[in-house]
Amino acid sequence: MKIQIKNWFDSGKPFVWLNAGAVSVSVVMVVGLIALIAVRGLGHFWPADVAVFDYYSAPDDSPVHLMGEFVDEENVSRSRAGNPDYEGDTIQRNLIKTGNRDISGLDFRWILDAGIKNESFPEDAMVVERREWGNLYGFLVSMNLDGKQFTADDELWPKFQQTITNNNEIFEEIRHIEKDLIGGINYKMERLRLKQRGLELKEEATPEKIQMLDDERKELQQEYNSYTGELERLYGILNGSSFIAKTAAGKEVKVDFAKIVRAYQPNAMNVFGKMGFYVEKFWEFLSDDPREANTEGGIFPAIFGTVLMVMIMAVMVTPFGVIAAVYLREYATQGPTTRLIRIAVNNLAGVPSVVYGVFGLGFFVYFLGGSIDQLLFPESLPAPTFGTPGLLWASLTLAILTVPVVIVATEEGLSRVPRAIREGSLALGATKAETMWRTVLPMTASAMITGLILAVARAAGEVAPLMLVGVVKLAPSLGLDGNAPFLHLDRKFMHLGFHIYDVGFQSPNVEAARPLVYATAFLLVVLIIILNLTAIRIRNSLREKYRAAEQS
Amino acid sequence: MQQNNLDTAKKIEEQAEETVVTEPETTTKTHAIDMSGIIKPGVEAKLADENVCIEVSNFNLFYSGSQALKDISLTVPEKRVTAFIGPSGCGKSTLLRCFNRMNDLIDGVTIDGTIKLEGQDIFDKSVNVADLRRRVGMVFQKPNPFPKSIYENVAYGLRIQGIKDRRTIDTVVERSLRGAALWDEVKDRLDDLAMGLSGGQQQRLVIARAIAIEPEVILLDEPASALDPISTLKIEELIYELKDKYTIVIVTHNMQQAARVSDYTAYMYMGEMIEFNDTSTLFTNPNEKMTEDYITGRYG
Repeated sequence: MKIQIKNWFDSGKPFVWLNAGAVSVSVVMVVGLIALIAVRGLGHFWPADVAVFDYYSAPDDSPVHLMGEFVDEENVSRSRAGNPDYEGDTIQRNLIKTGNRDISGLDFRWILDAGIKNESFPEDAMVVERREWGNLYGFLVSMNLDGKQFTADDELWPKFQQTITNNNEIFEEIRHIEKDLIGGINYKMERLRLKQRGLELKEEATPEKIQMLDDERKELQQEYNSYTGELERLYGILNGSSFIAKTAAGKEVKVDFAKIVRAYQPNAMNVFGKMGFYVEKFWEFLSDDPREANTEGGIFPAIFGTVLMVMIMAVMVTPFGVIAAVYLREYATQGPTTRLIRIAVNNLAGVPSVVYGVFGLGFFVYFLGGSIDQLLFPESLPAPTFGTPGLLWASLTLAILTVPVVIVATEEGLSRVPRAIREGSLALGATKAETMWRTVLPMTASAMITGLILAVARAAGEVAPLMLVGVVKLAPSLGLDGNAPFLHLDRKFMHLGFHIYDVGFQSPNVEAARPLVYATAFLLVVLIIILNLTAIRIRNSLREKYRAAEQS
Repeated sequence: MQQNNLDTAKKIEEQAEETVVTEPETTTKTHAIDMSGIIKPGVEAKLADENVCIEVSNFNLFYSGSQALKDISLTVPEKRVTAFIGPSGCGKSTLLRCFNRMNDLIDGVTIDGTIKLEGQDIFDKSVNVADLRRRVGMVFQKPNPFPKSIYENVAYGLRIQGIKDRRTIDTVVERSLRGAALWDEVKDRLDDLAMGLSGGQQQRLVIARAIAIEPEVILLDEPASALDPISTLKIEELIYELKDKYTIVIVTHNMQQAARVSDYTAYMYMGEMIEFNDTSTLFTNPNEKMTEDYITGRYG
């Protein structure tokens, strides 16, 4: 028996099993993680059926009429359920989303399963997504368009939908005018103000120059006036219409069309209708701005901010890391100094990221940014331009956080270029610099990109330092827009990682925020995977080209 | 593949040894190789009549203290093939790499004495090393094409010199590939990666790359040692053709090869130049006992 076990060990099988086991556990964990956040997050956009029922909080109480979506259920012990008057050691209770926060104060509530009676799914149950106060659940009663009254008949629902579509178009137009056009004018006005202030500071404010600025300002003011006229007209159309909905409890509510995003009757939808709706909702999530303290709407600014920040970081970290690695490996005399530098670089990779945040705040924001403001933007002081957390400083902070990775990977790549190739180039009369540019660096490209992949993966997932150097809960404008100079490195930005933290832990509406936390986490993972896959594809195509040379 | 090459190289050596055994001992001197068939009659080169291309005088080289070359003096004649032979570690490659200052790249190398190319000291401060290497091309033991297309490999030296004209480069690439007897094999796939060529083709490509920049001297550092017999033969034929235009210095382990391709041969041992003479004399009637021992296979 003993010998058999010894033979089994000697055969190497246990070791194979151990290794295979470790790999399987890793795979299961990764797949499980992604599956969990995907299921939890992506289910949120599916239009659940709306139930209407009578609820008895105790068997002999008078019923309450409720309406809502079933979100979750759990079995709890009697005492935890508050010792209700229903039978059983464990009590099932359900979480339903009842909406109507403006009426009842809460839009989620736990109810006992046993108290639900007369449950039905009427086809005309309606969900209205509003820009404020969350969802409204109820039945459409009538609507009022410019004083014309429409009451319940067969044509009411299509007309209702048509009005919403029309109003949304108008709303989009208003948003375009307010945000892009008037926003642009405001931006230009601010620039003019700063220009004038700058001239005054330099004591060059001659009357002619002031006159020129005033003329420009008048022009902008005229442009602005023409937009306000248009805006008033549009708001007039929008505000002239409203509708009346009846809640399950029978209360009638008047809602302006201007305040709703969409309305739908989930019980009347078939599977394809729901799928279409799902795609629409998901697209909204990807492409729209957040609403209601980030618990509704989309997360486009956060996706945009994350990608832009990572890209700026990549643009800065790659040249810097590569140049440092080239010097360390190719030009510096190898000795105690270079060894010390390498140790320092490796240690830099192990410093906790929040320390970089503190460094970034102290050095980049206050010192560098403050100095830049003094030198280049004195006209806007005391309001800081670069002396405040922003996109540039966040990118730079992450760049120093990730530069060791790029240095190490590039050095690795440089050391893999065979001596024979370098000598071949030198023997043809190339100088060392020419050899570097034409042969060695192209062969190192795949290693550099490997470093970049690791840097991007680390930077995209980093949150702690960003909270100190530029990320905000809600950024009014993106870092890239149509106003010259188009890329606004001084602006604050939103970030997916911080968005997860903010929605999950800083949100007043926990139940509404939870699925969004998962959905945002899923998107962040997908985003990192996409960034990585892109870089890996580039690297592989390069590596394929140089593999043969490296092996010779 | 490489292993195969090594095997074939070994086989060649074994065959060479077999020749020793079968060779009847007719003369007083026992030759490892039957030189009568190899050395071309009529090539009775005389060193004194040749134009000097490279002149080495009292040259010493140290690798961080240990002496690798000891008081070397010789003249490499112009437009002839000069071979360096000798056992491993005797310094023949080191000497070769001095001609284009490849040893500059190694830390801790110090030199003493002069090497003159066309009368000019190549170690002089005024010499631009890149220019020197353009004049003195080099081919290494293992083929080392760049990870670029065949075309770009040959054009590399031209591009370094700043030549951009597509037509000029086209012409030079074709001429060089023809010069290296490779044109017919690769003319239809000039844009393919050079790594896809066979070892022998790669080595000829590297030679084409070297002659594309029209050097005066070509240094060959055991150019055929990693190749199979047929590729070796092609390289040797190529050397024979190239010597009309270029001064060639070749380092080889293979004495038959030295005898076949070279006009002059130097025998080196332990960093010293033991004997330098025209090839037929050195192989048939060496002055030194050590040379004789080596070429007759009694060395070691």
